[in-house]
Order: sequence, then C-alpha cells, then structure tokens
Amino acid sequence: MQLVGDRFTELSAVFGNDLATLPNYPAEIRAPAGTIAGVSSFQVHISDHDIVTPGDSPNVLVVMNPAALKANIADLPAGSTLIVNSDSFEERDLTKAGYTVNPLEDGSLAGYNMFQVPMTSISIEASKELGVKRRDAERSKNFFALGLICWMYTRPAKPIVEWIEKKYDKRPEVRDTNLAALKAGRNFGETAELFDHPFEIKPASLPPGQYTNITGNIAVAFGLVAGAHQAKLPLIYASYPITPASDILHELSKHKNFGVKTMQAEDEIAAASIAVGAAFSGALAVTGTSGPGLDLKSEAIGLAVSLELPMVIVDVQRAGPSTGLPTKTEQTDLLLALYGRHGESPLPVVAAKSASHCFDATFEAVRIAVKYRTPVILLTDGYLANGSEPWLLPDVSELPDISVPFATEMNHDDGFWPYLRDPETLARPWAIPGTPGLQHRIGGIEKEDGTGNISYQPENHERMVHLRQAKIDGIANDIAGVELDLDEGAELLVLGWGSTWGAIKAGVRRVRAGGGKVAHAHLMHLNPFPADLGDVLAAHPKVLCPEINLGQLAQVVRGRYLVDVRSFNRVAGLPFRAGEMEAALWEEINR
Amino acid sequence: MSENGTAVTFGRKDFESDQEVRWCPGCGDYGILAAMQFLLPELDVAPHELVFVSGIGCAARLPYYMNTYGVHSIHGRAPAIATGVTMTRPDLHVWVIGGDGDMLSIGGNHLIHALRRNVNLKILMFNNQIYGLTKGQYSPTSEVGKITKSTPFGSIDHPFNPVSVAIGAEASFVARTHDTDRKHMQEIFRRAHEHRGAAFVEVYQNCNVFNDGAFDQILKRDSRPDMLIPLEHGQPIRFGTDLEHGVAVNEFGEPYVCEVADVGVDRLLVHDETRPDPTLAFSLSRLANGPHVPTPVGVFRDVERPVYEAEVQAQVDDAIERQGPGDLRSLISSGATWTVD
Repeated sequence: MQLVGDRFTELSAVFGNDLATLPNYPAEIRAPAGTIAGVSSFQVHISDHDIVTPGDSPNVLVVMNPAALKANIADLPAGSTLIVNSDSFEERDLTKAGYTVNPLEDGSLAGYNMFQVPMTSISIEASKELGVKRRDAERSKNFFALGLICWMYTRPAKPIVEWIEKKYDKRPEVRDTNLAALKAGRNFGETAELFDHPFEIKPASLPPGQYTNITGNIAVAFGLVAGAHQAKLPLIYASYPITPASDILHELSKHKNFGVKTMQAEDEIAAASIAVGAAFSGALAVTGTSGPGLDLKSEAIGLAVSLELPMVIVDVQRAGPSTGLPTKTEQTDLLLALYGRHGESPLPVVAAKSASHCFDATFEAVRIAVKYRTPVILLTDGYLANGSEPWLLPDVSELPDISVPFATEMNHDDGFWPYLRDPETLARPWAIPGTPGLQHRIGGIEKEDGTGNISYQPENHERMVHLRQAKIDGIANDIAGVELDLDEGAELLVLGWGSTWGAIKAGVRRVRAGGGKVAHAHLMHLNPFPADLGDVLAAHPKVLCPEINLGQLAQVVRGRYLVDVRSFNRVAGLPFRAGEMEAALWEEINR
Repeated sequence: MSENGTAVTFGRKDFESDQEVRWCPGCGDYGILAAMQFLLPELDVAPHELVFVSGIGCAARLPYYMNTYGVHSIHGRAPAIATGVTMTRPDLHVWVIGGDGDMLSIGGNHLIHALRRNVNLKILMFNNQIYGLTKGQYSPTSEVGKITKSTPFGSIDHPFNPVSVAIGAEASFVARTHDTDRKHMQEIFRRAHEHRGAAFVEVYQNCNVFNDGAFDQILKRDSRPDMLIPLEHGQPIRFGTDLEHGVAVNEFGEPYVCEVADVGVDRLLVHDETRPDPTLAFSLSRLANGPHVPTPVGVFRDVERPVYEAEVQAQVDDAIERQGPGDLRSLISSGATWTVD
C-alpha cells in the first residue's frame, strides 16, 4: 500500500498539485494480513491550492479488506466515496477483522457512495495470458487500485508505467502482471460506468520555480550534504539503524562522491562517540537516531558539550516511552533534547516544521554547530520523516558560506591554548590533529579557562559553567526572529514548534475565514529562543501552545517568560488535524 | 619531515607534555609511559601526527602526559571515538589507551567491533585486574574468589582472558607484554605501530595500591624463566633457564606445556604469527588462565587484513572517480521535478 501511495503522490507532484501525505503502517514488517493490527494505510491530500496538512477526512477511501474498512471508516464523512475490494469480504476475512456480519450487506455503509469492485479476481483475470502464478497475480491488486484512482483523478498512466518498467526490470513476470493490473484498473474506471464524473484536480498555483516531492528524512540528508559543502568540511555520518531515522543513513550512504563517509556503528553510543572523534579531527560530524537512541547518546553528547566541538545530532522523534510506537509520531523529546544530560550542559536545539523545511533546519543546525563549536540537536519526527510535500528547490549557489577556519598558529605567549575563546562568539579554536605545533589534550574533566588544562578549582568551574551557558545564550543574537503570522487586533497567539506547523496553519486559516482573529508564532529555535519571543508573547493576552506531548514547550515558556501559556495536547501517535486545531482555537478565542 | 623536506628528528622530551604525572608513586603506569616516550623518537613520526585517545580510569590519564594530540573521553568509548578520528584522518597514528574495566567491561562492545573491523588503531590495554580509580572493586579480569570492597565474600564471575577475547574477535595483531620489562614493551609497541590495522596489546600492569603483586608469580625476577613463555616467530616455543620447557600439541590439537627432554625438540610447536586462521593463536592464549601458571608473552598473531578506514576512503575515491565530485544542484533535483511558471 505504501508503494502505490508513493506512486500516486509522485504522480500528483509532477502534475503540479500541492500535496501532503501521511503514511501509516504497523511497526511489524509483516504484521498478520487481514487483521486490524496489520492494516497499512497511505493518506494523500492533493489540491489546486496551497495546503499544509494531509487532510482530516478523505473524500475517497479505498479499502482492500474488511480490516482496512474497520480501521478507517470512522474518518470518512457521510456521503464520501468508498471503494471496496469485494473479493476480500469472505467469511474468513470478516472473522479476522472481527466482523460477525458482512458490513457490505447489513446496510451500515448506506450513508456512503459505495462501489464494490472485485479487484482481486479482475487482476487475476488480467494476467491470465501471462502464465503467472495465481498468488503473484493476486498481489498485483494494489496496482489495479492505483489504476482505478488514477482514472478517477485524471492522472496520466505513463509515469507509473515507466516506473514499473524500471523497478521490475529484472523480474519481467512481476513487471507484466503489475502493468496488466494497472491497465485493468484504469479500464475498469472508464468502462464500468460506476463513477459518473472523474475528479479533476488542477495544478496548484504555487510560487514559480522548480519543484520536487520530498520527505523529511531525505531533506535532512540533503541538508547535511549541503551544510558540509558550505562549511567546506568532509561529512561523517555515524548511525545505528532505528525507525524512523534509518532512511537518513540510507540516503547519505549513496552520496559518497560528495566525500560523505557513512558508518553503521555497533550501537547508538558508538555512533555518537564516532561523531565526537570525527569532530575533534575536523569533520562535520553527525549522528542520527530516534528517542531510544538519543537516551543512549546522552553521555557522548555531554562530552561534546564539554569538549566544545561542533556536532549535529538528528532526533527523528517517535512515540514513547521505551519502544513505544516506533512508526508513529510525537513531539515528546523536547525536554530530553534541552535538558537530557547530567551537569549544566546547554546546547542549541533546532526543529523542522515541515518535510521540506527539514532541509533549512538541518542547514541551520550545521551553521550553528560549526560557528559556535557546539553539539546541536535537530528535532524532526516520524510524520515529517516519512510524509512528503512539494519542495521549491533552493538556488544552491545562494547558500551562505558557513565555513570557519581551523587554528593553525599559536594563540598565546605560552603556546597554544585550546580554550582561549573568540570574544564575540565565545567559541574556542578548532585545532585539528595533524597541525604542526598545536598539539593539545582535551577531555571530559573540567578544564581551566584558557589553557584547557585539568582544573579542580571551584572558581574556575563556576566560571566555565557560566561561559558555556553564555556561549549558547549568545546565539540568540545570531538567529532569525520568531516566524510570525500576525493578525491585527488578535488577542490570541497560537505558539507552535516543529511538525504541528501545517495543522496550526490550517486551523488558523479556518478561524480567520470564519471571522475569528488569531496570530500564529512558530519556533524553529528551541534553544536559545529568538530574542524577540518575549515581546511577541507580551503583545498577546492569550497564548495557546498546541503540542503532541503533555505541554513541554508550554512548561519552558511559562518558566522563562512568566506568561500564562495554555496547552492543547493530544498524544495519539498521529499529527493534529486541521479540524481539531480550529476547534481548539475557537474555544480559546471564546474563553 | 619538516616543510622543506629535510628530516627532523625528535627526542624523548618532544613527546612529553608539561603536565605533572599524577599516578600513585610506584604505579606500573610510569614504566609503560616511559616505554612509550622512549620508543616514539625511534619511529618516523612527529608529535603532531599522533593522537592518543583514552576512556576513563587510571590508565586513561596517559594522553595528558604526551605532547601529542589527545582526547581523554568517557568510560569505555575510546575505541569508538578513535574510530571517528581515523575515519576522518587515515593519515594519522592513533593510539587507544585504557584499562581492563574500561575496555572489557563498560567498553567491551566497542573493543571487539574495532578489532573485527580492523580499524587502524593501536590499542593498549593496561591490565591490573582491579578497578583503581574507583578505589578497589574487582574487574572483569580479576580471578574468581577475589576479595574486594564490592566482593567481601569473594567474586564469583569468571574472568575474561583479554588475549583470547581479541583473537576471538579476529584481531589482526594481538600481543602481550608486562610493565617490568621496558625493552620488551618497547619492542611490542613498535611491532604494534608497524602493523597496518587494529593492534591489541595487553600490558600486565601492577597496581601497587589496590592489587599489589597480582603478577608476582610470573614476573618476579627469579620466577620469570620458568613462568614466562616467550613467543618468537618461526622458533620452537621453549622457555626455562636452560630452555628445558616447551610447548607441544596433543592429539586434539591443543597446545600444552611439556618438558623438552620428554617429547624431543622436533615435537615442539613452532610459533607462526602469520597463520590466517586464528585457531592456533587462540589455543596458545588458553595455555594460561591467569598469571599464576606459565604464561605466553610476545606476539600471538600478526596477519594482514583490509584496513577499515582505508576501505571507507577507497569507496569515496571510487565514487568520485565514477560519478565525478558531487554537485549540489543535481543532488537536490535528482528525483522527479516539475516547474511552476
């Protein structure tokens, strides 16, 4: 299902629609087919105008079996179109999904515009001439469904045909079976007269330029390659496979011709430690993971704080605690990112707001890490990582040069002092091994200000604690102000961060369309906050902070600014919906 | 070499930092540090081309005393951090320093993976069979029954034999030396330096405060001839004041200590460091299950295998040659694209 979902998305993207997707699948690789636990779904929202979410409730739902029907029918508004694979509603299928009576026959679906299509048997029939096994022919039913949907939405078949031909180049029988099913699906739509009017979604009026469809994980990978390139550093990415972050490793491992070295480490701790060693030696050192891995990396990140070395840690958040729901999304690692290390160990935290914005957020994380010689945590999440949207390709020649010079000379009468800071950034010199004359030793033990020698002096420790904090706090003067969508006269400010951006934006648009007033502030920088955040908060009597956690940003903002921030929280492993966001905003406006 | 290409020689002082050495007086670590600082001027390496990476523990303080690049890092992670160094800079000489707790307990995983990957690291494990920095708990190499602060009724864990662990991980170079023989240490460290790939060296090291005399049974001057089995490549394995003891192989292929007079010189095992199969080297490491019976010292194994970071670099170089250097514009537009006017 994910495969055909991707195909339809790509097709719509190239067709010029704006879109947003929500792939949703079980953590188990082969969860029992036909059961509720095994349902894999792909939601795609396409539009002829600028959209920001995968949509709350679909106009069309395609279900391949009773379990899929049961798991998703609640989301389908009455009167919408329901397309059912009627071949898979045998008694055995119904039992597996927990139905005692056949929902196709008991009238419970009377409120929908339902089409029963025997997708399996038509697919088998379509490849009869090809001499393939019945089982293989059956498998092509997803492409039948894709063909049917393409016809409904007037998508051209050619790109999919080309894709199938390339993908199954080495397996001609699979290629031909899928092509036959795809064609049968289209033909069925055209000839069976089941659908009165094909849907036609015209291209969206997006800003001019060249677009590609991109997921968050790929955008992070591209952001890292671009960041390393603009920092003039070799990129070393060390990671341990973990859902939903592994695609970053997969993508980067393809791009060795950029000088990228990827390493699949023996564990999460090793991955972070390898990054520390690489940073010490002059690489753009990056490790990527999800929540459980971030727990494990904490000590090595603390070392990087103490060594004051540049490093980026990508945390693709997923639902927790513990293993939690590995394929579902959450924003529950914010406090872990901000505070999850022993001692006073501040570091910058940056969060991406959309799949394509992962590129910009990653580039920004790299910039801060390199300039200030500090580990930076970049937060994305499972929704951004796997969801996709059109991305207006940036002009890469316009990307800033973010390189910093390595130290090559003595910096003091006494030789080389590894902790003699730049007075402006408070960053220490980056003298990499192999540089003649600058040999020095650094370690996790407290260092003397300036010389970097071991120091157990109380006053020195106090000074170093404050210096490390001041260095991070000072970054506030070197980042953009709060991203603001003001509304003249609005009492309510909705304050968000990360992937809730789309849902909040959609909710805000609906409220404004309904005559309400609401301002939207969205944070990319979670530490330090933009310098103007206090003023933005003070300008609004009411502040609502929607988060897919139990109020983590709200707690920090309340503590920092003494503002009575109210929270809107739902922690279900799913992104917010525009509808619930609208309702939450109205409730706050009318409070 | 200097910038204009003339040879520059370095003396011992060039490798000593200005920091005061702070191990306990009488610690075996002093001897190991001295052996290293005596050796380095003899190698064709400048101080700035050396990186010492350590974890946590008494041994891990060593980098502070070397006038080289150094990282005193976190407990157990030195092999991983050093892997990051050598992946970034395959041209540098990277040494990893740690103790038995650092490398075989908290960091055991990183050690075996660095060895199996054959990362070009020279790993010195100072084995004193005790936790010194935390003031006297038993370690993963302590003998069963050891009475310590955390085991008042005797420890019940079976210890690791570090050389066996390293050979089990198929390390390409494995050796053992001890802190009472500076010349032997120097020679073994030199061999480690010359080896291309991961070199693991166990150094028996006396902790005179928390585990004094742990190696006396084999290292006391008068007992050494009968208790140390020197391994020399290409030579029959013999020891004793008059070389009256030897090592032969029984019908199961297992080495055992014998009297040369009983079995004859021809039946002695001839040591071959270069055997690609680690089985025989492993069996040799099993001759002694602790420093209280005749114990082999020297190089157990020295074989050539592809070196990790060189292979990593080769893939990068190969990709650049095949595809040309990366171009950001074509990278970001590598998927399907469309244009909005």
